[in-house]
Amino acid sequence: MEIKLNLNGKAITAQADPDTLLLDFVRAQGCVSVKRGCDTANCGLCTVLLDGTPVLSCSVLAAWAAGHSVQTLEGLQSEAEEFVSFIADQGADQCGFCNPGFVMNTIALLRENPDPTDEEIRAFLAGNLCRCSGYDGQLRGIRAYLNSKKEQGGAPRGTEQ
Amino acid sequence: MLTIREYLRPQTLEEAYTLCQKKSNVVLGGMLWLRMQNSQVGAAIDLCDLGLDTIEETPEAYSIGAMVTLRQLEQHPGLASLTQDAMAEAVKHIVGVQFRNLATVGGSLYGRFGFSDVLTLFLALDAQVELYHAGVMPLARFAELPRQQRDILVRVHLPRSPRRVAYLSQRNTATDFPVLTCAVSRAAGETCCVIGARPMRAMVLADEKGLLKAGINETSIAAFAGDVAARVPLGGNLRAGEEYRRRVCEVLVRRALTEMEEG
Repeated sequence: MEIKLNLNGKAITAQADPDTLLLDFVRAQGCVSVKRGCDTANCGLCTVLLDGTPVLSCSVLAAWAAGHSVQTLEGLQSEAEEFVSFIADQGADQCGFCNPGFVMNTIALLRENPDPTDEEIRAFLAGNLCRCSGYDGQLRGIRAYLNSKKEQGGAPRGTEQ
Repeated sequence: MLTIREYLRPQTLEEAYTLCQKKSNVVLGGMLWLRMQNSQVGAAIDLCDLGLDTIEETPEAYSIGAMVTLRQLEQHPGLASLTQDAMAEAVKHIVGVQFRNLATVGGSLYGRFGFSDVLTLFLALDAQVELYHAGVMPLARFAELPRQQRDILVRVHLPRSPRRVAYLSQRNTATDFPVLTCAVSRAAGETCCVIGARPMRAMVLADEKGLLKAGINETSIAAFAGDVAARVPLGGNLRAGEEYRRRVCEVLVRRALTEMEEG
């Protein structure tokens, strides 16, 4: 079947089977930041934004996404680059496999809630699993980014959307 | 592995109902549980074009479309007010935000899953389900029907009559399925308790002995919690054994009733 959708701002038309998952569809389009992790809708590695909402692409049919807008980390580089260095500075990344999913969901969090508490950060990112770290590094990195924005007197980038 | 031969978006409920009568066809909810199954689906029926993704409000009830996501339930201010935040408490432990943006009310209730937090709370709220063919019926009655009956769950109606509510669950680890779920509510002087993840599907337990009739206080709460824990049918699975669940049950009921009373 023919699937038409908007991927990272570009109109895409491609053939897919009725049971092709959005995860496989976007990877076939070159968006390899989207990772296959648990494949059971638990780990958050495959997070993409569907019409701006974070979803698990391992559990969405490509056919379901037809007619909608899909964003992956490839399309959100400038929005991500501001805070990923803060996460790296904390040594939060070890193997880095979970990182694209974490970054995508953090973007979604900051768009929805530009000034979250630590508890709100933990709650929003609860669906992103990391096998290397204890999550504290990611939390410290996001907190450092938010503190930095406050010191600069500016709102986090998410408020500009 | 799940395979799907055909993907369809019916334009009317009648069309969706006709399609779902074929045994190999499946109505899609959030597709999260379906995805775990090893099955061959003839046609996947997506209800996304039927306008069932909204929560509507009338003076009498909230009408929740089958395609409303758990995240919508979690963030809805009217439902938060109606349930004294029990709605968010019931769903916020379910995996993560990305999961709850996909999981639907219809999928959660139609499956009548034993582990369902949503089924537990909605039973305590006296929910009514609206099925395309079978019409409107209490959720408690629907929960008892065999899953083989093929119908389309269109909406769920939550009465807006004044009610005190509290919801608690016990999990072995964050974001996991619950070991036990507990919802309590009181409306028009009647208290009801719902226990889910027994691990069988949730069931309603009324105050049959009238333990709370004379007043809700520490003593009557303890008596009621003990009574519920003693008579609710429980079982074991890989998350917990029956005896553990029974002990947890007494504690959850006591805490939930206390929370409901303290508001």
